[in-house]
Amino acid sequence: MNAPLARRSWFEATARARIKGLLDAGSFAEILPPAAAEPSPHLAQLDLPGAFDDGVVIGCGRLAEKAVFVAAQEGQFMGGAVGEIHGAKIVGLLRRAVEEKPAAVLLLIDSGGVRLHEANAGLIAISEIMRAVLDARAAGVPVVALVGGSCGAFGGMGIVAKLCSAILISEEGRLALSGPEVIETVMGVEEFDSKDRALVWRITGGKHRYLMGDCAMLVDDDLAAFRAGAVAYLGEHSEPPPSLAELRASQRRLENRLAAYGQLRDGLEVWAALGVADPQSVPLLERDELVALKEGLPT
Amino acid sequence: METLDFRFDSKPAGSAAAPALCGVVGSGNLEILIRTGDDPAACRLSIKTSARGFADTWRAVLGDFAATHAAGGTTIAINDMGATPAVVTLRLAQALAEYRGGQL
Repeated sequence: MNAPLARRSWFEATARARIKGLLDAGSFAEILPPAAAEPSPHLAQLDLPGAFDDGVVIGCGRLAEKAVFVAAQEGQFMGGAVGEIHGAKIVGLLRRAVEEKPAAVLLLIDSGGVRLHEANAGLIAISEIMRAVLDARAAGVPVVALVGGSCGAFGGMGIVAKLCSAILISEEGRLALSGPEVIETVMGVEEFDSKDRALVWRITGGKHRYLMGDCAMLVDDDLAAFRAGAVAYLGEHSEPPPSLAELRASQRRLENRLAAYGQLRDGLEVWAALGVADPQSVPLLERDELVALKEGLPT
Repeated sequence: METLDFRFDSKPAGSAAAPALCGVVGSGNLEILIRTGDDPAACRLSIKTSARGFADTWRAVLGDFAATHAAGGTTIAINDMGATPAVVTLRLAQALAEYRGGQL
């Protein structure tokens, strides 16, 4: 794991390469492959070239012998943003999961959120994905988000990620609602300097999200590490039935968290409040060291 | 966006089992989809590109590809976001190799 040359970066890989590295070799069967799919009609109306798969690859395959469904967003195409066809493909996959009950649906999220070019169609697509994720989980099918691409999981796809059974994230991954540029544009640079990359990662990055308990697992930026993480997670997870008591408990945890950390301005301050003795060292820690640090924190 | 269509004579590529896709529609990149066409002695290409006014460059690059590769009997669709001629040439060769069953 420590030989950098042997790693194949998840961050750098395309959506198709991520699926290939994640699933059992040769097991992936694409639904609506590029030759059968339609590019976005909205982009064509705006005189923009589309992508044959509209920026998302969906299909069925096997992960450590278990049948799984996969949707992988292509961050290089329009920032992985969700348009009408893109969203419909993900929704269709999740609805099929309700009927066929695979061991899990894996969402390989790499997206800034709604594709603004498609306006309402994109917004509706996001809300349909949210509902479909919850329907799949209610039917007993775990939905797992894997976040480690260059676009992270923002906007509507940030919400979708948090609706999943769990999130697996790498240090390079980011997770939030409004992106740093949006916050800076609306609230000013004093509120959030989106050019300060280190600050952006201290607030939205994988290590911070893992320390806060937003993500179930922190994995290395490596195709094999994401695969091993997903196999390990599915090995011990069974989807619980939806429960009002658990939702109320979750709401209380969020209220407590807001009360405890809501006034803090930077990941460094949050980590100190969490009980990390040397917050400055966190950005430099290796994945294994950070996991050990989190396990040693007071709960 | 500009839509361009070309047809070039080319040696038969032979038949392939499945269409092949190569590349991503990202800045400075393009995606190429190769399918079996109906004329075994010709390669047909249709391009959608975000960069207007480069029809002559496309004709030169694609004509060179059809002359130096056996690409007859294929229909090639391209979505482009401003790829340079060198990237186009590389991706075409890559896509054709994949179409004929070679792994890249």
